[in-house]
Amino acid sequence: MSNSAIVRIKDLNVQSGNTAILKNINVEIPRNKITVILGPSGCGKTTLLKSLNRLTDLQPHLKISGSIFIDDEDILQVTDGLTRIRQKMGLLSQKPYPLPMSIYKNIAFGLKIQGVSDKKIINDSVERYLAEVGLWDEVKDRLHSPASRLSIGQQQRLCLARGLAVHPEIILADEPTSALDPISSKKIEEKFIALRDDFTVIVVTHILRQAKRLADNVIFMYYGEIVEQGPPEQLFEHPVSPILKDYLNTGH
Amino acid sequence: MIEYLHLRRRLIDRISSIWIVLSVMLLLLLPLAIGLGLAIESLPIVKAFPLRALLTSSDWSPMEGKFGFYTFIISSVWVTAIAFVLSAPVCILSAIYLTQYAHARVLYIMNLIIDVMAGIPSVVYGVGGVLVVVPFIKDNLAPLFNINSSGYSVLAGGIVLAIMSIPYMLNMLIDIFKGMSLEIKEASLSLGANVWQTVKFVLIRKGSSGIVAALGLGISKSLGETIAVLMVVGNVARIPQNMFQPGYPLPALLANNYGDMMSIPVYEAALMFAALILFLIIMLFNVFTNILIYKQTKE
Repeated sequence: MSNSAIVRIKDLNVQSGNTAILKNINVEIPRNKITVILGPSGCGKTTLLKSLNRLTDLQPHLKISGSIFIDDEDILQVTDGLTRIRQKMGLLSQKPYPLPMSIYKNIAFGLKIQGVSDKKIINDSVERYLAEVGLWDEVKDRLHSPASRLSIGQQQRLCLARGLAVHPEIILADEPTSALDPISSKKIEEKFIALRDDFTVIVVTHILRQAKRLADNVIFMYYGEIVEQGPPEQLFEHPVSPILKDYLNTGH
Repeated sequence: MIEYLHLRRRLIDRISSIWIVLSVMLLLLLPLAIGLGLAIESLPIVKAFPLRALLTSSDWSPMEGKFGFYTFIISSVWVTAIAFVLSAPVCILSAIYLTQYAHARVLYIMNLIIDVMAGIPSVVYGVGGVLVVVPFIKDNLAPLFNINSSGYSVLAGGIVLAIMSIPYMLNMLIDIFKGMSLEIKEASLSLGANVWQTVKFVLIRKGSSGIVAALGLGISKSLGETIAVLMVVGNVARIPQNMFQPGYPLPALLANNYGDMMSIPVYEAALMFAALILFLIIMLFNVFTNILIYKQTKE
């Protein structure tokens, strides 16, 4: 089943009070591909991303209807085992938010939550995932100093490593490079492309060039609706809707 | 003309900056002046008796010229410690519940209640203590431990004080937990932590310096609270052996006695010395709290 869609969204509507944030979202996100959700600021991209691991629960004013199937399980119906679903997804937010603890413990946190207490397994994971994001050599001598002392770019890679350490299937990234310098951004983008073999990556961005560099699959959103979706060649070379044409011309 | 305007503007600028500096200086000097004033006023008693004896003796009979402050210090510690033990856990857990679990409306209502509680004059808390807490200790609590108590006790003082510090501490703690970014919560939850694990491992840690500060300020306030405690604590200058016995905290000593019996030699100086002790304890406490905060924020 490795070719089937890992995420299937059916008739998803999200409302805040009387304003519709997401309107009739129907989309399938393919496994082991980089799917880019593209669109101008405030069009509901982030809300769509956060509803995938039910972080929308933190904002009780949001009313959600429809269904989101992840591995054929409707996660909007889940009442028990939310943590299990969230562990399927690693989250990378706009700005890195390292947990208020050491570099080491940031990686170990997810494992400890899962009940792993074996020191050796944790040590190995810390090294492996820090190496995976190219951070190991930079921090191996100060694993026990606070993560907040790292540079922003390093922090963002730490956040990626910490997400990978809990063995997710999907990486959710919400404009992950918007706070980073060009070199750190490049490292993150390269990482995403490498991760595609083992993970499904969903990236929210409003940067057209980034979308072109990364995407295997594009979802273009505008004011809470999906305007167009498909492979990048099709969307970027032959846009159908006037909104997307306009967006591609002006870049916003 | 232009020269004049320029001069004028510089003059105004100079004067306003002098004003600003002066007001800041005044604020900085005020506690120093109070401390210094108390120290000077209490000189006679410090000269008359060795400091050690003043602080460690529990012999208090001004008529006979005996001034030992140990009883009062210990009573203050008793009352404050009881208040802290009773109120701190309640405040921390309520702040967590109200900000992380409860509906927004519950938090709103609670904020109203906190404002009302904070607005009640402390003498009213004192009356409440006399009418409710004191009889409750006398008739229900003390017999439970087979102790004979009049109800007027350090425990009564601690309970009243705990109730009084709750709005103060809770308000600060709610602000701390509310001020924490949604994203740090999202980060923890997306790693598979549940809400309680997120609170325990991430939010409390993230807010630790603020929590320490809130609790520290709560204690400082408790140490100085006077009238409500005075009404229920018994005011007997004897070291309390257990929490059902009366005590006599430093603020109560000052409030009860200043202005009376001033003909006794060095009595006024003795009371000033009590004020100085209180001042120093609170100051030390604040310094200690601030060092903790400084250490935590540096990490």
